[in-house]
Amino acid sequence: MTWSLVLGLLQVADPQAPPVSTSVFVIATVIKMIIVFTVLMVGVALLTLAERKISAWIQDRHGPNRVGWHGLLQPAADGVKNIMKEETYPDAAYKPLFIMAPALAFIPAMLTFAVIPFASPLPTSKGLIEMVVAPLPIGFLYILAIASLGVYGIVLAGWSSNNKYSLLGGLRSSAQMVSYEISMGLSTVAVLLVAGNVALNDIIWQQATTVWNFFGLTVAFIIFLIAAFAETNRLPFDLPEAESELIAGYHMEYSAMKFSLFFIAEYSNMVTASALLVTLFFGGWDIPFTLWDNLAPWSIGKTLLTGLFFAVKVLFFLFFYMWIRWTLPRFRYDQLMSLGWRVLLPVALVYIVIIAGTLLILDLLGIRPGALYGLILGILNLVLAGVLFLILDSGRIISPASGRVEADQLRRLRAMRSRSPLAAPGGD
Amino acid sequence: MGLFYTFHFYLFGVIAIISAVAFVTRRSPVAAALWLVNTMFCLAALYVMMDAQFIGAIQVLVYAGAIMVVFLFVVMLLNLGHASDVTDIVGGKTKLAAGLVGLLLLAEVFVLWKDDGAPAPVPAQQELEPGVIDQVAAPLFREYLLAFEITSVLLLAAIVGAVVLAKRRVT
Repeated sequence: MTWSLVLGLLQVADPQAPPVSTSVFVIATVIKMIIVFTVLMVGVALLTLAERKISAWIQDRHGPNRVGWHGLLQPAADGVKNIMKEETYPDAAYKPLFIMAPALAFIPAMLTFAVIPFASPLPTSKGLIEMVVAPLPIGFLYILAIASLGVYGIVLAGWSSNNKYSLLGGLRSSAQMVSYEISMGLSTVAVLLVAGNVALNDIIWQQATTVWNFFGLTVAFIIFLIAAFAETNRLPFDLPEAESELIAGYHMEYSAMKFSLFFIAEYSNMVTASALLVTLFFGGWDIPFTLWDNLAPWSIGKTLLTGLFFAVKVLFFLFFYMWIRWTLPRFRYDQLMSLGWRVLLPVALVYIVIIAGTLLILDLLGIRPGALYGLILGILNLVLAGVLFLILDSGRIISPASGRVEADQLRRLRAMRSRSPLAAPGGD
Repeated sequence: MGLFYTFHFYLFGVIAIISAVAFVTRRSPVAAALWLVNTMFCLAALYVMMDAQFIGAIQVLVYAGAIMVVFLFVVMLLNLGHASDVTDIVGGKTKLAAGLVGLLLLAEVFVLWKDDGAPAPVPAQQELEPGVIDQVAAPLFREYLLAFEITSVLLLAAIVGAVVLAKRRVT
């Protein structure tokens, strides 16, 4: 019984399946849109619970555990609460933009996921259906373009609230996102150079046939990871809403469902950024060490299995986001700017030159993409990452929380403390 | 599919013109900037409808996503956001000049329209190839390499100039 089901799932489709007709394409796209939207929204709801559970676990607390089994219905309770709450409008707010801003934050967060392939193609009786909502040939550029629009929601929320803390949050956000967008774009140039195309499916195929870009392009991965955290406004880059300085930053004047929309937008941005990290650097839906999942003949079982692998990889990065949140403290504004412009940007530029040169040399030596190609890139990146962290950085950026204090600096700090009127008599 | 593209081309064209008019007539600089963003977005849609998807993506990325964000940043930083009575067109002579320039533009449009009875035809739908970027990259880095590099020098000069101006104010 079970076995027959498995066999049914592995039913191999004709590899030469005809391309789908327009009507099938439209229906399939609508179904995919509904599925992706539903999964994203339910996922975001569960992520808010996961965030609270994980932060509780990291801080040795229980976390929400009153609504439903182990607090599993907490997101539903929060949702009902947010819908029932009163919507407040500040008198001095500029109403049209105040109302529009949450939607402007929410929509780009939903749009970006459209081009990310989440499983191998699905064979149907009507033809082969790609498991991506919109398989655009410009794939990756679309994501960069739409992601760059996400800042409008935050900036306009900050400005239209007519509140100085909100405005500061909005201003910080626009400066931060424009700065890190550049590093993000430049770090992916290396990925595009290796893949030779911007279509995300081609990038996945290249990684499946050589080596995951995490090993082949480690430095690009590190830059992209940092920039992705900055672009999603997550700690240690949550300066637009820094509680201790700006109370709640850009969404301070928002209540009820409008506030909730900012929240949903932030979490969907996290999901998209994680999916993008997985697609660009961890092989997307590729199952490691095998190639059978990347080749025709396609089957339903293959689609489900690759989809599962994709989900596991994305969930790891979502966990990583939360893990980092409770590990690193927030940057100071000048640290943020200097990291973006004086560290990430030059490193990304130099890295492009090195990778482009290496690819040229490999091409001249006649080494085709394959295991050896991946090995050479991997070793090169190991060396480059070592140079970057051990020699150029030497513990300055990697540990911003506990930057090294020189002996005489420490003495000066202690002297300051003993002179202070607050110092306890007799010192410590 | 041809009709689909043509219909949307004109639809976005109309929205672009409406947004552009709204951009010029709004009193609040923030509202004006947002209408300009909308115009940029419609232009990107026009490029996509003409099968230039790469240019469309770059249009959104550079103009709507970066340049206009910086515009908004400056408007907010200088607190110019709210509607004011300051306008560019003051006095009879300026109004006359503005009207004349407008007439000149209309005349130009009329001449162009008479010259070429029909609007420029939308290019035939090509088979979408995997490398849409090749079509832009190959001429850019082969035939027009010199122009491309000279542009980069121009940009460098602009950046140096901006840094010099900013530094002078500090010290």
